[in-house]
Amino acid sequence: MNDTVDVTVNGEPRAVARGATLLELLESLALDPRAVVVEHNRTIVRRPRLAAITVAPGDAIELVHFVGGG
Amino acid sequence: MTTAVETMQDIPFTIGGRSFHSRLMVGTGKYRDNDTMARAIDASGAEIVTVAVRRVDLDRTKEEGVLYHLDAKRYFLLANTAGCYTAEDAVRYARLAREAGFNEFIKLEVIGDQETLLPDVQGLLVAARTLVAEGFKVLAYTNEDLVTALRLEDAGCAAVMPLASPIGSGLGLLNPFGVRTIKRRLKVPVVVDAGVGTASDACLTMEQGVDGILMNTALAAARDPVAMARAMRWAVEAGRTAYLAGRMPKREVAMPSSTLEGMLD
Repeated sequence: MNDTVDVTVNGEPRAVARGATLLELLESLALDPRAVVVEHNRTIVRRPRLAAITVAPGDAIELVHFVGGG
Repeated sequence: MTTAVETMQDIPFTIGGRSFHSRLMVGTGKYRDNDTMARAIDASGAEIVTVAVRRVDLDRTKEEGVLYHLDAKRYFLLANTAGCYTAEDAVRYARLAREAGFNEFIKLEVIGDQETLLPDVQGLLVAARTLVAEGFKVLAYTNEDLVTALRLEDAGCAAVMPLASPIGSGLGLLNPFGVRTIKRRLKVPVVVDAGVGTASDACLTMEQGVDGILMNTALAAARDPVAMARAMRWAVEAGRTAYLAGRMPKREVAMPSSTLEGMLD
């Protein structure tokens, strides 16, 4: 069995460790969970829940933050 | 003889139950560097500062988020839905913005045309109703159409934001009558958003009696954004004060300022 799963993160295909949680995904990307908002298959996941959700094959994950804008 | 100096009493600038001192709101986009942005915003005296919601750059090739350069305790962050072309997208962005945890205010944009960036007012109304129902304080970017502005107010928007001219155009206030009419007819605050190019535009806009102005490119694209921010601060204050002072009527003929009494024969 493959030890990674294929997901989409911010529109790009990415292989993530099988069984990884969203929090572990953020850690693997060196992202501070306080500095990003996570959307998992179109549903926003609040910070306390990040460690409770395991990434599954085909998941679409969006990681957003504030940038300059008018 | 001494004359008492009376300070012009203004009503507070209140949106969605929050009061602010500055009637100038500024954006954070398109600055040549973050240091210039931070200094310009400081010089503008603005308290409300807009930001956009975008994907984190996972490769770290671009700049980090704007919050690294902006004190979120000092400024009231107003997220926008810039770049959204459907009500559905705008609602999605608004929800993500609220989740960042600063406040429930959203500057709602639903764009209808790529060239002019003019608003899709139907999509705007749909998104506004959805977001108001979810507890958002919606500041709706719209055109100078009175009927749309009235509908947005009916939908429960906290403020209506008619444009002076297209976003980033710097063309100034193209329809003073339209903006003035919206201000006269609405009970919610009217903040002119987009199109102001220089200080005289800001002053003229405030002279229409609107509650405030939001601008971004006028500062970011000025040769000296910090100096322009200072000018805009004064222009907004000048225009507001002139509005409160009440201008003299216009006349088609001259009237001497010096008395004719005591003229020599």
